[in-house]
Amino acid sequence: MRPFDYHRSENAGDAVKAAAGDGALFIAGGTNLLDLMKLDLMTPSRLVDINRIGLNDVTQTEEGGLSIGALVTNSDCAADARIRKDYEVLSRAILAGASGQLRNKATTGGNLCQRTRCYYFYDPDMACNKRKPGSGCSAIGGANRIHAILGASDECIATYPGDMAVAMSALDAEVVIEGEGGETRTIPVRDFHRLPGDRPDQDNILEPGELITHVTLPAPAKGRHIYRKVRDRASYAFALVSVAAIVEMDAGRIASASLAFGGLAHKPWHDPAIEDLLTGEAPSEALFDKAADILLADAKGQGQNDFKIPLARRTLKAVLREATGERS
Amino acid sequence: MTRHLKMDEPATNRLLDKLPSRLTGAPMDRPDGPLKVSGTATYAHEWQLDGKVFGVLARAPVSKGKLVRIDKSAIENLPGVLGVFSEERFLRNPAQGMANEAPEQGVSEISYFGQPIALVVAETFEQARHGAHRLELVCEAASDGVFDPEANNIAPEKPEDDQLDQGDLDKAMAEAAYTVDSTYRTPSHNSAAMEPHCAIASWEGDQLTLYASYQMIKFNVNELADSVGIEPEKVRIVSPYVGGGFGSKLGIAPEAVSAAIAAKELGRPVCVTLTRQQVFENVMRRSESRQRLRLAADKDGKLTGLGHECRVSNLPGESFHEPVLQATHFIYGGDNRRLGMEVARLNRMCAGSVRAPGEAIGMQVLENAMDELAHTSGIDPVELRKRNIPDAHPEEGTPYSSRPFAEALDEGAKRFGWNKRNPKPGQQREGEWLIGMGMAAAARVNILMESKARVILKEDGKAIVETDMTDIGTGTYAILTQVCADMLGLEPENIETRLGDSNFPKASGSGGSFGAASSGSSVYLACLDIRAELARRLGCEESELQLDSGQARGGSKSGSLTGLLAGEAIEAEGHIEPGETKEKVKQATYGSYFAEVAVNAVTGETRVRRMLGVFGAGRILNRKTATSQCYGGMTWGIGMALHEAMEFDMRDGHVVNNDLAEYHIPVNLDVPQLDVVLLEERDDWASPIQAKGLGELGLCGAGAAITNAIFNATGVRVYDYPATLDKILDGLPELDMV
Ligand SMILES: Cc1cc2nc3c(=O)[nH]c(=O)nc-3n(C[C@H](O)[C@H](O)[C@H](O)COP(=O)(O)OP(=O)(O)OC[C@H]3O[C@@H](n4cnc5c(N)ncnc54)[C@H](O)[C@@H]3O)c2cc1C
Ligand code: SF4
Repeated sequence: MRPFDYHRSENAGDAVKAAAGDGALFIAGGTNLLDLMKLDLMTPSRLVDINRIGLNDVTQTEEGGLSIGALVTNSDCAADARIRKDYEVLSRAILAGASGQLRNKATTGGNLCQRTRCYYFYDPDMACNKRKPGSGCSAIGGANRIHAILGASDECIATYPGDMAVAMSALDAEVVIEGEGGETRTIPVRDFHRLPGDRPDQDNILEPGELITHVTLPAPAKGRHIYRKVRDRASYAFALVSVAAIVEMDAGRIASASLAFGGLAHKPWHDPAIEDLLTGEAPSEALFDKAADILLADAKGQGQNDFKIPLARRTLKAVLREATGERS
Repeated sequence: MTRHLKMDEPATNRLLDKLPSRLTGAPMDRPDGPLKVSGTATYAHEWQLDGKVFGVLARAPVSKGKLVRIDKSAIENLPGVLGVFSEERFLRNPAQGMANEAPEQGVSEISYFGQPIALVVAETFEQARHGAHRLELVCEAASDGVFDPEANNIAPEKPEDDQLDQGDLDKAMAEAAYTVDSTYRTPSHNSAAMEPHCAIASWEGDQLTLYASYQMIKFNVNELADSVGIEPEKVRIVSPYVGGGFGSKLGIAPEAVSAAIAAKELGRPVCVTLTRQQVFENVMRRSESRQRLRLAADKDGKLTGLGHECRVSNLPGESFHEPVLQATHFIYGGDNRRLGMEVARLNRMCAGSVRAPGEAIGMQVLENAMDELAHTSGIDPVELRKRNIPDAHPEEGTPYSSRPFAEALDEGAKRFGWNKRNPKPGQQREGEWLIGMGMAAAARVNILMESKARVILKEDGKAIVETDMTDIGTGTYAILTQVCADMLGLEPENIETRLGDSNFPKASGSGGSFGAASSGSSVYLACLDIRAELARRLGCEESELQLDSGQARGGSKSGSLTGLLAGEAIEAEGHIEPGETKEKVKQATYGSYFAEVAVNAVTGETRVRRMLGVFGAGRILNRKTATSQCYGGMTWGIGMALHEAMEFDMRDGHVVNNDLAEYHIPVNLDVPQLDVVLLEERDDWASPIQAKGLGELGLCGAGAAITNAIFNATGVRVYDYPATLDKILDGLPELDMV
């Protein structure tokens, strides 16, 4: 860990000012950042502690949705009565992640920004374009069982590892961001994370020094909420494949469907073509297969992670069955 | 006074069963428990020494090659940095268990990625780590590193003492009614003890004291002295609490030697603690294995032939190889036998003892093969095993000592409801889940080791037990206290057991499951000597002496203990040594495992629903700590079956999943209700207290019960451990059927 400056902010305005300039990073729960700093993988010259800037409640919005402050912990968010009732998929996704101890510390903003778990990213002696642009990607041709099958590039095949954002993507939530001068912008969660392309060092669209202040959920989506996470042990493991689904049925047909996928790509995967296909149709195995065909049309395994392709198909189909009530 | 016993004859006296006090065996709480849960038991890292500074090891960034030079310029002026140490006394890797001398030393030759090359010492841990990260190690990489144990161009070594060719296995296979010929693979494992490896070295003149986390103090003293180049008399090791060992703290390791070298030079105590990543990279791994099993059976399922040939790996120059075949030699019959061992030399971190070396993976795979034979022959798996229990050692002809193997099988089957299992795979469904049952046998060699202990019966009638034996979480403090309490008729509160200090008499150390029986026997012998003296003072025969609650009786005499002591302590040393009983009979421990699993028909995820283990290990010294050992073993079995694997990058042999987020061991939700049954048993041949080793038995085959249950649930036989969902997915029913 390199020596660094530490600044504690009392409000968002001060935080963005303090974070302006090179090398500053916000620290929230620290559950990801501190690990990375200890290993010398992230080397901020200045930490801006945002734990006391407020932004730790969940409030009602005028549009009938909810606004989740960036410092709301994962535990509090998952336990919020309104979220449990109207946004069950989010609550379930959060509870499927990490451990109780970590969720008590982890924040909404920090969770969105958590970095990949690619083994080589975590090892300073390995080539990694995400950590050191231009150095190469050790995961290609190496240990890549946990890596992406969708949207990867020749530069990086890492996944976004989180669960919460996958549910937020299915909910079509928005991220509210504040810049240095106090100006804000709002970005759909679906556009917040990036594909690696030739800039794998950039996980998301945040500019240096920009602060996430809130995540806004639209008015509750009707229908069944499901979060299914497939992993290597029963708890405390990242998703190999996860599916967040909100499906509403009407008279035996799918009235609306919203789906997002974790563990498959550098971002929570969302494909509107799947939702278009499903909407208005009666559920059937053939339909579900077509949905999986769309999802996996461009899927590409890296060797060790080839199994994710059939696994994603099977998991999606099982989720759709459950969501459409064919089986209870 | 010293009481010495060489185990040449069975100990049929069974004194512990005749004493008025019967604490031995009872589920007594650990005396050290309150200290541990309140954080006041001092673990290695926690010794507060004046002037203590911190060292962090820097790793070789190549897998094979030479260290050209170390460029210190980038770190010399960093705040707090006190020095960079790197020299030929540094250890390449930890010493193997009981090596008793320095392991391979030197930093100029690099043999594996991550080999510790230099130590950066600074005022704080953070400063030292920063320095270690900045330090530039200029290395010349060789192009001929070997990383894949199964690569075609490898000429494996065949250790002469681990080959057996008896009868004609090929012929037996050709003539058999039923055969199995399968090849299994198991991955490397890391012990993953909770407490990372740590040593604090402190010099006073030429006297070195090491506060550290080690399992076998008497060997570690010699290993450290030999590594540093001083006389063993100049070394003291203090290791009263060890936060899990599992074999990973058997031999002296790089952190201790580098700390000692730096501390000498700096004149200050130096503390070197491995990070979790270093624990994965520098500590012994269990070798991966490829195991070919051949079973030939007649129409009744009786084995006529048994083949077990395996390949494991290690660094060049290491004498240890995973003793995979250990239990295969004696557990089942079959006249025609071929057991073979091959060792591939790799540039990966050292392989050594990890949790039940040998049987953990050897029994696991043998028991899978037995399940295959049961399936092919249509004979019930429990019955098949019973039919193959040999009358005498199938290779040496020796009889067995106490062997409750059939009893463990029957008892387990009865308690588990084995008769409800449908032998046809894939028949039981609950929603998305496929349900199956599996079983496996447990077996582990039994070992008695030389061990010494001192017991002091103080003038106030209280006792002190001293031995350099360690408690690695196993319960040594409890069991030694219990044996002493019974032998001297004292309340356990009046006994203080002191462990883990090389100033105390030299014990067996903790390893190979021999610690409890060996050190327990030494305490027993010391107490025998004290009893003899008390009998003399009381004026009765030793055999008549009854000690109970501070009172002594014998013949027509009686008196209080303090009266007999008359203001003077009695001190005695007990000394046990293995003897001829180890050749006269085959000694081992046995058991059975039964497991029920649910396999998700969509995803292939496996959940263990319940698991039972029935074990016989001679006299049980403490039912609670013994049961906990078995819980631990079975939990590791779940991990070995379903989760655990070190993953290596085959391009440079480095371990990629080097933290506990990605190296998966079972978490609470993976472990269902475990039931453990300990059979009532005495093995007179094993030790004067009739106890055998138990620590590792809970693991020796446990994983096979789970993978056999997966087969019963799904019809999928996993040949490549662990049974993660990707290995099962292909064999699951078509989704439309789910
Ligand atoms: C062992 C382990 C297992 C885990 N398992 C899971 C899992 O299964 N599923 C899952 O989803 N997650 C998992 N996690 C990840 C965990 O959820 C994240 O570490 C956590 O959410 C990060 O939140 P934090 O507040 O601690 O972030 P920090 O560590 O404080 O910060 C993370 C990053 O976000 C930035 N940041 C923080 N807040 C803001 C803000 N308001 N605006 C802009 N930038 C910000 C920081 O600068 C930093 O770069 C696991 C973590 C660990 C260590
Ligand atoms: S996959 Fe991405 S994160 Fe991993 S090594 Fe390649 S570039 Fe780095």
